[in-house]
Amino acid sequence: MRLVAEKLAGERGGETLFSDLDFTVAAGEALLVTGPNGAGKSTLLRIIAGLLARSAGSLRVVEGSENSDEVAQLAHYLGHLNAMKPVLSIEENLEFWRAFNGAGKRSVIAALDKVGLGDIAHLPFGYLSTGQKRRASIARLLVSDRPLWLLDEPTAGLDKASELQFAGLMQEHLGNGGIVIAATHLPLGLEVAGELRLGASA
Amino acid sequence: MSETVSKTGRWIDWANPTRFMSFAGVILPWLAGLTLIVLAGGLWMSMQAPDDYQQGATVKIMFIHVPFAWLSMMCYTIMTIAALGTLVWRHPLADVSAKAAAPIGAVFTALALITGSLWGKPMWGTWWVWDARLTSVFVLFLMYLGIIALTRAMDDPAKSARATAILTLVGFINIPIIKFSVDWWNTLHQPASVFRMGGSTIDGSLLRPLLVMAIGFTLLFFTLHLMAMRNEIWRRRVVAMRRVAARNADRGPVQ
Amino acid sequence: MGALFVREVRLGLRSGAGILIGVLFFLAVIAVVPFGVGPDLKLLARIGAAMLWIGALLATLLGLDRLFQADRDDGSLDLLIMASERHLLTLTVLVKCLAHWTVSVLPLVVASPLLGLFMNMEPAAIGATTATLLVGTPAITLIGAVGAAVAVSLPRGGLLVSVIVLPLTVPVLIFGVSASYGAVEDPAPFLAPFLILAAITLFFAVLGPLAAAAALKSSAD
Repeated sequence: MRLVAEKLAGERGGETLFSDLDFTVAAGEALLVTGPNGAGKSTLLRIIAGLLARSAGSLRVVEGSENSDEVAQLAHYLGHLNAMKPVLSIEENLEFWRAFNGAGKRSVIAALDKVGLGDIAHLPFGYLSTGQKRRASIARLLVSDRPLWLLDEPTAGLDKASELQFAGLMQEHLGNGGIVIAATHLPLGLEVAGELRLGASA
Repeated sequence: MSETVSKTGRWIDWANPTRFMSFAGVILPWLAGLTLIVLAGGLWMSMQAPDDYQQGATVKIMFIHVPFAWLSMMCYTIMTIAALGTLVWRHPLADVSAKAAAPIGAVFTALALITGSLWGKPMWGTWWVWDARLTSVFVLFLMYLGIIALTRAMDDPAKSARATAILTLVGFINIPIIKFSVDWWNTLHQPASVFRMGGSTIDGSLLRPLLVMAIGFTLLFFTLHLMAMRNEIWRRRVVAMRRVAARNADRGPVQ
Repeated sequence: MGALFVREVRLGLRSGAGILIGVLFFLAVIAVVPFGVGPDLKLLARIGAAMLWIGALLATLLGLDRLFQADRDDGSLDLLIMASERHLLTLTVLVKCLAHWTVSVLPLVVASPLLGLFMNMEPAAIGATTATLLVGTPAITLIGAVGAAVAVSLPRGGLLVSVIVLPLTVPVLIFGVSASYGAVEDPAPFLAPFLILAAITLFFAVLGPLAAAAALKSSAD
C-alpha cells in the first residue's frame, strides 16, 4: 500500500502554510517532515490524520489498484499530548485504547514490556515521569495494529536509551510493511528515511 | 532548660507517625473493649429507664440522639484544634487527624439529624421542620460535607492540609454568626410548629443512662478516630511507595 | 463502546469528589430556599417540586463543561474524533453522555426524595418528582453536551456552557414540574406532561449527540 498526496495545501488561521505538496510513501518507508518552527509540520500531520481540513489537493491510500480516502482509520496519531488519564492505571488506559481502536496482535502487557514499563502497569498514569508517560503512550501504537504511524515530535521527553529503543520499534514496524510519517527536528535513528522539508521554499 | 528540651523531645516523639502507629496499635484494642462495655451498659440502662408520660417509648431516642448531637459539635471542635495544629504548630499528625475526623463527624451529624427527625415525627406530624436548632445542625452538616469534598478534591496532602485547615477555622468562627442569624430568621418568621422539651428538667432516671451513653459514644468516637487516622497514615504510605516504585522502574528500557 | 462507558464511569468515580460535589451543591441549593422564603411548611410543600427541579437542573449543569474539555486537554479527544470511521462520533458522544449521567446525575435523582422531606412534600409528590427527574434529567445532560461541545476550545467555557444551555432546558423544566404537580393537584394531569417529558428526552438523545459531534469535528485545530 502507498499513501499518495497530490497538490496538498494546508492553512492555519487563514494563513497558507504550505501548498502544492506532492509526496508518496510506500509500505516499509519512513518520511521525516522537517522544517523550522511554524512551517506547518504539525498541521500536515493533523491533515493526514483527518483532524484538520485540507485547503486544497487530495490525499489517498492506494492499495493495489484500489483507492481509499479513509486515511484516518488506518492511522495511529501520536501528538504532543499523551491521551492518557492520570487517575487510571497504565494498563486500564491501554486496555481502553486497545478495545476502542481495535485489538491488535500484542496484548497490553506485551506492549508495555516492549517499552520497559511492564513491571509498573498497575500504577496510575499520573505517577509516571515525563519520559515514562511518553513511553506508555508509545505503547498505545503497539496494542492496535495500524499500518500508518503519524508521529509528532515522538521523542520529546525521551532519554537516549529510550530513543534508541523507539527507533527499534519503528524499524520493526517498517519491516512489517508499515509506514512512518514523523514531524521532527531530531534524527530519529532510522536507517533509511525520506525527508520532506517544509518552509524552505516559502 | 533541660526540662524544656525533654518536653519538646517528647512532643516531637509523639509527632512521629511511626511512634503514633505503635501507640495506636497498643491502645486501640483496650479502647474498643471499653467502648463496647460502656455502650452495652448504657444501652441496658436506657432499656430500664421509664417511658415518658407524654411521649411514651419515643423518648428513648433521646439516649442516642443527644450523644450524636454532642459528638457532632465535639468533632468539629477537634477538627478546629487540628486545624490550628496544622497552621500554627505544623504538627505532622494534625492534618491526618482533621482528615480522619471529618467523615466521622459528618456521619454523627447525619445520625443526629435522622434520630431527631424520627423523634420529632410523632410530635410535629412531619419529618422535618425548619426549627432554629435543627437548621443550625443542618448547616453544620453541610459544612462537614464541604470540608470532606475539599480534602478529597486535592491530591497533594500537604496542599490540601492547609486549605482544609483554613476552611475549618473560618467555619468555626462562622458558627456563632450562623447560629445567631438562624435564630433571628426563625423568630422573625414565627415557626408553624412549636417544639419544646416540655420545659421541665430531666429526671435523674433519664439523666443517668443518658450520661453513660454520652460517654460510651464519645469513646466510640475516639476509637473510630484512631482507626481512621491509622488508615490515613497507611494510605499515604501506600501512595508514597507506589511513587517510589514508579521511579525505581525507570531502570532503562529492555532491549 | 462498552470500553468507553467503563472508562468514563471509572474516571468519574476515581477523580475524587466528583459525585459528592454535585449532590452537595443540590443539597445546598435546596437548603437555602427556606432561608429565602421562610420556614412556612405549607409554602415549602407547595413550591417543593419546583425547587427540587431547579436545584437538580443547576446541579446537572455543574461539571458539564468538563465533558469534552478533559479529553481535549490530554489529547484523547483527537483520537476519539479520528476513530469516527470506526465508531460513529455521535454514538461516542451519546455513550459519554450516558456515562456522565450515570455518575454525576443519577446520584442527584437518588438524593431527591430525601430533599423532598426537607421541603415537607407529601409522599405522592416526592415519588412523582423523583420519577420526572429520572426521566427528564438525561435530556438536560444531552442538551448540555451540545453546549459543552461548542465551548470545548474556550479556556473559560464553564459559565458560558451554563448560559448557553439554560434557555434550551426550559421545556424540560416546564414539563417536569407540571408532571410533578399533576400527581398531587387534582385537575392537572400527570401522564400527559410526563410522556411529553419522556419524548423530549428521546428527541434530544438523537439531536444532542448529533449536534455535539458536528461541533466537536469542527472544533479540532
